[in-house]
Amino acid sequence: MNWITNYVRPTINSIFSRREMPENLWSKCPECGTMLFHRELSDSLQVCTNCNHHMPISPRERFANLFDNGIFTEVPVPEPIADPLQFRDQKKYPDRLRSAQKTTREKEAMLVVEGEMLRTRVVAAAQDFSFMGGSMGMYVGNAIIAACERAVERKLPLVLFSAAGGARMQEGILSLMQMPRSTVAVQMLREAGLPYIVVLTHPTTGGVTASYAMLGDVQIAEPNALICFAGPRVIEQTIREKLPEGFQRAEYLLDHGMLDRVTHRKHMRNELVTIIRMLTGAPPAVYGELSPPAAVPGSEPEPAPDPADANTSPTPNTP
Amino acid sequence: MNYLEFEKSLAEIEGKATELRAMARANPEMDVAHEATALDQKAEKLLRDLYKGLTPWRKCQVARHPDRPHCKDYIDALFTEYTPLAGDRNFADDHAVMGGLARLDDQPVVVIGQEKGTDTQSRLERNFGMARPEGYRKAIRLMDMAHRFGLPVITLVDTPGAYPGKGAEERGQAEAIARCTQKCLEIGVPMVSVVIGEGGSGGAVALATANRVAMLEHSVYSVISPEGCASILWKDSEKMREAAEALRLTAQDLHKLGVIDRIIPEPLGGAQRGRAVTIKAVGAATKAMLREMQGKDAATLVAERRRKFLNMGAHGLAA
Repeated sequence: MNWITNYVRPTINSIFSRREMPENLWSKCPECGTMLFHRELSDSLQVCTNCNHHMPISPRERFANLFDNGIFTEVPVPEPIADPLQFRDQKKYPDRLRSAQKTTREKEAMLVVEGEMLRTRVVAAAQDFSFMGGSMGMYVGNAIIAACERAVERKLPLVLFSAAGGARMQEGILSLMQMPRSTVAVQMLREAGLPYIVVLTHPTTGGVTASYAMLGDVQIAEPNALICFAGPRVIEQTIREKLPEGFQRAEYLLDHGMLDRVTHRKHMRNELVTIIRMLTGAPPAVYGELSPPAAVPGSEPEPAPDPADANTSPTPNTP
Repeated sequence: MNYLEFEKSLAEIEGKATELRAMARANPEMDVAHEATALDQKAEKLLRDLYKGLTPWRKCQVARHPDRPHCKDYIDALFTEYTPLAGDRNFADDHAVMGGLARLDDQPVVVIGQEKGTDTQSRLERNFGMARPEGYRKAIRLMDMAHRFGLPVITLVDTPGAYPGKGAEERGQAEAIARCTQKCLEIGVPMVSVVIGEGGSGGAVALATANRVAMLEHSVYSVISPEGCASILWKDSEKMREAAEALRLTAQDLHKLGVIDRIIPEPLGGAQRGRAVTIKAVGAATKAMLREMQGKDAATLVAERRRKFLNMGAHGLAA
């Protein structure tokens, strides 16, 4: 036996056989069953490329795609008192919180940021359904208040992406009190004359729908998102009849006059920008390659822009 | 007299006393006075013991007691010239929410409340106190009127929750609740709420976002019913006792949490055993709360109401 068969061949073999598949590279679309490669899925913003089913997207991933160059800064949220009721069901509430923090690597169920979408500065907040069902407790209430206060302070519009099973039962009555609390926050925006756009994502239910998520100046939903006060199962148990196809889905609500628009995730950014810029009286957004920031007043006048550089057609520039 | 499940032993003793007295009426030579009085004393002692430390679940049962005074009883007894006003001007008149103009000690006010009904027919008509969107929209309309004419608003809260039905969802239950809460936070007149029985979640908070909120001693106010909470967190709706305990839904706990301003005491054995006394106590408390706001202008009332809810949750039960 020689060096080649004893050493080189096994080494080569081992390099090739080591290509076992890490588990989370592929996901299956829960709607049509198509296997989707992770890179393809993140390019499509977690929307199935076959059937357009909108899968959950984390607030961080959403913001990374929403803001210019993926840049945004977090708005700090005041920490509420921990476990106000000393709630315990089969598990202690602080244990449930810790395990949610571990799996999501987020502090709580809402992320508030500030950033620019197509050079349009906004404050944005997104609820994280993977964090205890996105449930609205004191932290989420504080997050909405922080978002509204930041928007008022900087005179910016607020875009809020909702996703929640409802109120956080483990905070009892204090979670219910987030309905009026968040409503007060929305009123601050209204009184400051700032646009408040709500994007309802799957699912938005219960006390969240019945407060800040239904109080937007413009109400947009992602396709097929479940949006309701009482969930379909509760209703079926109450009225003991089968509910119609698509009941409480975004398109159904649009038909019943409860929403302004249902918009595909890939068009969301441009649509938000278009609406916000009109509501705030700003000129239309510039699409395509962004020119460098405006020159300091008083400096050399810039040469007329080459029409080839400034592509002002409203074609979405998907990443 | 309707006895609750935990009052069974009481029912026996009181039954015996009644029986004895009935026998004595039929047989004049029988002397039962001594025995009957002994039974009465025994019953009273038992009643005292039972109601001394009602568990949260028992409080829920008392709060739902069919013989408790309901919204209509309070309106009939406490107000004069009650003039019901109907309809939401959009779709229907919701009989689960009653309201209109009335006088409280000659002072014109707007009174709004949820009515559960007292017998099968009226319960069906009132939909067991579960309002549909039209009920909240009627409340919004009445609050608007109160605001325009400078009349204080008094709400009486008693509902298992907003109605979870197909039509209610289609007509925007969530939006109606959200707008109703928003209206509560906008009106520049004194607003007082009393939870007289069940304060069921969003359906209650939509009418209870007031400057002053009081609860009857054995009423409850919660983000979810104990049965609902048990079936979600314990996966067993029979664990409602545990859930009621954990949710901290009693007037006493809510007062400690700073969610309500005062507790209105009930007579021994609950409001159902002393309806007139209870109604009088609610009247006195309502007037006292209105007096606390006397002379405050619209802007102050709105600002104070908002601050009250923004500050809520500053301390937990441990503090």
